[in-house]
Amino acid sequence: MTDSPIIAVNGLVKQFGRFAALRGVTASFEAGRLYAILGDNGAGKTTLLRVLAGLTPATRGSIAVLGATNLREVCAHLGYMAHPSLLYDEMSGMENLRYFARLYGIQDDARCQAVIRSVNLDPSLALPVGQYSQGMRQRMSLARALLNDPRILLLDEPFSNVDVRSAREMAGLLGQLRDSGKTILVVTHQAALLREVADEFVWMEAGQIVSRTREFQPEEAK
Amino acid sequence: MNSPPGVTRATLVKDLRLEWRSKDAINSMLFFALLVVVIFSFSFDPTAEESRRIAGGLVWVAFLFAAVVALNQTWARELRNQVLDAYRVSPARANSLFLAKVTGNFIFVSVLEALMTPLFVVFYNLRAIGPAYQLLFVAVLGTWALVVNGTFFAAMSIRTRSREIMLPLLLFPITIPALLAMVEATSSILTGEFSARFWIVLLAVYDVVFTTGCLLFFEIVLHGE
Repeated sequence: MTDSPIIAVNGLVKQFGRFAALRGVTASFEAGRLYAILGDNGAGKTTLLRVLAGLTPATRGSIAVLGATNLREVCAHLGYMAHPSLLYDEMSGMENLRYFARLYGIQDDARCQAVIRSVNLDPSLALPVGQYSQGMRQRMSLARALLNDPRILLLDEPFSNVDVRSAREMAGLLGQLRDSGKTILVVTHQAALLREVADEFVWMEAGQIVSRTREFQPEEAK
Repeated sequence: MNSPPGVTRATLVKDLRLEWRSKDAINSMLFFALLVVVIFSFSFDPTAEESRRIAGGLVWVAFLFAAVVALNQTWARELRNQVLDAYRVSPARANSLFLAKVTGNFIFVSVLEALMTPLFVVFYNLRAIGPAYQLLFVAVLGTWALVVNGTFFAAMSIRTRSREIMLPLLLFPITIPALLAMVEATSSILTGEFSARFWIVLLAVYDVVFTTGCLLFFEIVLHGE
């Protein structure tokens, strides 16, 4: 683990018309750590993640990811999991991952099979993703985010609609990924799942970071 | 690293596979074009000579309207589950996606044309008096003109609330020069009265200009908000 910030944002503002989703967020995130980003609906958590992923341009402020201010330069090192699955419903999990692997220049199926197994799914499952249960879809979505072996993982609600046992397994997997040196930012409403593995809990409110704590303090959620 | 032709090929194969499984675009296009052929054939009862004069316009307007259905479908499937975001966060180039989409749409519209042309010939009793082989150039260049702009403007309109309306509003005005060239070239070949060469060259120039323009600006469209 190093102490150098792998992500640094300064005075980040994002406005949608007259509504400010982010109101001057300044923060840094260190390499090899797992951050749980918490807060009520509308606090700006998803917007922050989308801005860091390069999907939504900031209205004002600066971002540096892996030292680069142009996020297109470092997108090969990012893994992004959104609330929707980002998968084609008509294709099987393996077909989906095989396609997304090509976008990263990954030609062999072995990598796709490995990441599918890492989330406890079967690579030979021919069922279209549209017929998966919500929990299976979430895990396949996580597998897609892991496909390019990213240095930074941005995960938006990875545990939503996942049963408790699977959610705990996913949290454990995130801990292992953190231990392997990845930096992980997890937006979640189920912070208790990350109690054992998160290095820091970042609380957002009304588009701002209001506190950062090393220990999970449920009362902060109020 | 990923090679742009490799990404284009992978995206094209994926789109063909999705269309093969869902048949969304082909079915809607075929049904629409079939309706146009049947309704027009009942509405008019042209002589063979009149058919040759109006067929160019009829055929291409039918293909243009039918193509719009496929063009909307192309991007609609990328919006389900926000799959387009997975492409946008990847290092793959925007133009690889664009070329794959244009090629896919070109194939879909070509299949439609191949299936519908015999019906037009039968229903309107068409026979080319001019050099019929030139129809192939008109078909290829004309179809490319429709799909290259159509794919671009469909991508522009996907994030708008009424994208089904927006696409024709954006596409039709800019397609008028190409449509004029397609209709005039087809009519010239069918009637044999004039040479279609000028219109074919105009179509080729139109294709080069608009393909270049679309390739230059597609990255802004893909990554814009």
